[in-house]
Amino acid sequence: MKLLYFAWLRTKTGITQEEVAPPEHVRDVASLVEWLRTRGPGFADAFGNAAVVRVAVNQEYARPDHPLRAGDEVALFPPVTGG
Amino acid sequence: MAVRVQREDFDVGAELAALSEGNHGVGGVTSFVGLVREMGGGPSAMTLEHYPGMTERQLAEIEAEARRRWPLQATLIVHRYGRLEPGDRIVLVATASAHRQAAFESCHFLIDWLKTRAPFWKLEETSEGARWVEAKEDDDAAAARWAPRPPTGDVSP
Repeated sequence: MKLLYFAWLRTKTGITQEEVAPPEHVRDVASLVEWLRTRGPGFADAFGNAAVVRVAVNQEYARPDHPLRAGDEVALFPPVTGG
Repeated sequence: MAVRVQREDFDVGAELAALSEGNHGVGGVTSFVGLVREMGGGPSAMTLEHYPGMTERQLAEIEAEARRRWPLQATLIVHRYGRLEPGDRIVLVATASAHRQAAFESCHFLIDWLKTRAPFWKLEETSEGARWVEAKEDDDAAAARWAPRPPTGDVSP
């Protein structure tokens, strides 16, 4: 699974993109975010408040119960501020 | 009918002229131009980051939604990324229709939805260093007026 980080989620984790193989119990967006939070201090800081994390799966916005598959491109970012 | 994400500036006059050129069914064109404004602490530049691929896809979906809601002859969204300074243009939204009401309303709709759904983030340069601009609740409220609203990837319970 490919993970992409944007804006301050990228700054806090120090990662732009990475390939990960999450543990078996990570089957949807909500459990992915929970797992990411456990990966270190930068991740705990970035994902401490799930309310300000937005997730897109294969470039479409996804809800917490959206299922995940091995080849998915998952983007993690704060609320958008364009325009 | 067109969505562009680019680093370069755009020519508003030329873009608007092209929107209705050769289409005599157009009775009105409405446009919105967003600019970088000077913040409280004096001149400050900003860098716009985006998610290549998803940005174009989301803008195209927002545009398609506008075309489902209003009878539009033409639409255009141009959004810039990269480093911009006060006075620089950020975004152009334009819609053309036979009648003014559809043009006005759809242009308003496009910019409201774009601000809450298109994956862009602003990094402001301030006297205390760079700072990510936070999303505004006002923007959510503005977008919500055009309900129903599709999911925005909020993962809070």
